[in-house]
Amino acid sequence: MTDTLHEHADPNLHQGDSLIQMVEVGKTYGAIRALKGINLIVNAGEVTCVLGDNGAGKSTLIKIMSGLHPHNEGDLLVDGQPVHLASPRESLAHGIATVYQDLAVVSLMEVWRNFFLGSEMTGSKFPLSGLKVKEMKQIADDELRKMGIVVKDINQPIGTLSGGQRQCVAIARAVYFGARVLILDEPTAALGVKQSGVVLKYTAAARDAGLGVVFITHNPHHAYLVGNHFIILKLGQTVLDKKRSEVALDELTRQMAGGDELTELSHELQGG
Amino acid sequence: MSQTVKTPPTAAPSEESNRVTLGLSNRLLARPEVGALVAAVVIFIFFLIVAPSFRSAPSFFTVLYQASTIGIVAVAVGMLMIGGEFDLSAGVLVTAAGLFNAMFCYQLGINLWVGALLSLILCLAIGFLNGYLTMRTGIPSFLITLGTFFILQGANLGVTKLITGSVSSPNIDQMDGYASLNFVFAHTFQIGAVQLNITVLWWIAFVALAQWILTRTRIGNWIYAVGGNAASARAVGVPVTRVKVGLFMTVGFLGWFTGMHYLYNFNVLQAGNGVGNEFLYIIAAVVGGTLMTGGYGNAIGVAIGAFIFGMTSLCIVYAGWDPNWFKAFLGVMLLLAVIVNLYIKKLSTTRKVG
Repeated sequence: MTDTLHEHADPNLHQGDSLIQMVEVGKTYGAIRALKGINLIVNAGEVTCVLGDNGAGKSTLIKIMSGLHPHNEGDLLVDGQPVHLASPRESLAHGIATVYQDLAVVSLMEVWRNFFLGSEMTGSKFPLSGLKVKEMKQIADDELRKMGIVVKDINQPIGTLSGGQRQCVAIARAVYFGARVLILDEPTAALGVKQSGVVLKYTAAARDAGLGVVFITHNPHHAYLVGNHFIILKLGQTVLDKKRSEVALDELTRQMAGGDELTELSHELQGG
Repeated sequence: MSQTVKTPPTAAPSEESNRVTLGLSNRLLARPEVGALVAAVVIFIFFLIVAPSFRSAPSFFTVLYQASTIGIVAVAVGMLMIGGEFDLSAGVLVTAAGLFNAMFCYQLGINLWVGALLSLILCLAIGFLNGYLTMRTGIPSFLITLGTFFILQGANLGVTKLITGSVSSPNIDQMDGYASLNFVFAHTFQIGAVQLNITVLWWIAFVALAQWILTRTRIGNWIYAVGGNAASARAVGVPVTRVKVGLFMTVGFLGWFTGMHYLYNFNVLQAGNGVGNEFLYIIAAVVGGTLMTGGYGNAIGVAIGAFIFGMTSLCIVYAGWDPNWFKAFLGVMLLLAVIVNLYIKKLSTTRKVG
């Protein structure tokens, strides 16, 4: 799997380069404020973990980076240049690939078509030129095997795979096409122990290949295994922003479990 | 005394062993057009038995012609349905295309090619409008195109009455450009006893092109994706709006093409024609294995659907039955097709044990 990552990673990546930077970024949907004052840096060769409970704004955060919902406050810098990502295509053009928790695949389409969807290999630039079907099937199959997924038939509709397998196809695809930044939205949420392990290995391998990785999760144990930098969101705002050296797993877990509120609650309950 | 028994190391189950080659029947059933093909063969044999006058080459080519007049637009409507949208305005759009061409050129006395070209632009614009409104407002295309359907139906009658004083277009067979347009859109080749209308050739060409686009090009991949799951498609960088608007414009283009055929085949068009044909296109697509919900189907299936339509509409006459029953037959076909499609979809998307 590291071969794929090294082959496809942008060779101009240098450890520590700032790939994505958010300065006081905010997002409102009409009268609803989803994010406020987010500062975040995604460096090459590092895993930035974003943790938070349901509704904390994690998904909104990655949707800004992946171009699904443009931000409307603050600045988003990609490679130092301020950008306004208006569509996922623009984001992909910057080498940012995303694995979505809920938008992973088109279930009626074949596995290999899903793998290459949006990044198909064609003979030429001409709009009606033929797909390189054989090559695409071969690559999709190889990449999935590297993740330990052996589908019965690469031509079967992806809806016939299990949820975890589908997630792995989406991750394999992002790893294959994501040259610079890889965003993973709760990649381990639907997976079993073994497949979670595979995904975490992939995350670490992507980091070692020099990619900037954004790892969204609500599992602090998974985050702590691979993360270099941790951000905890709560109701759209940052409540913790620390490097690995500054924070222990205990603190992450405690913050995720409710943190100070939990302590307060415990006092109240004991007092009563 | 010790005895060492060498047991060959048991081969670790290779990953390959997990892979099964699906049986031929399973692979066939997973194709959208198989249900329609079986139905077509059954109906074909049935009419060979009950309708003696069907057993001749000329009748068969008449059926092909009948199928092509529906089939050309049905290909576009089928692609649009694979892309997850509907177009109810396609039937009257065909008539609008011909009427516009005829009246515009007749009134101004100009070459018919000019009118044909402007008519094409008009049809593409109507397709664009259908698509743009659907994507921009988020209102289901069923409603948007129902609106354009009524607008066009009314405009066809109203404008024609206003300009010609009657409900039919002027006869254009003496005008400049008629001969060449007639050849392109409505020429009949006489091959022995058989009459082959050029629309049959166009139909085959369009089906082949559509099949190529759907299964072998990037755009085809995108069409299936926007119909199967538009949000996912957008998330991986598929330009959903452009694909869908393009599909509506394809319906506009092939609607225009069929409109040209009717105009240059009959020279005169009735302004009220075309109403109800939008359902024939949809039926051809659905009978051909296209899912109403999008993301599944192919052009060959739609062509077979159109062929079934052509066959039944004519063979009921060949068999000497009351043609009034035709619509009832069509309804039964549609219901059967939908049920078969549902069954096949389940079969091909549920996880296979093995």
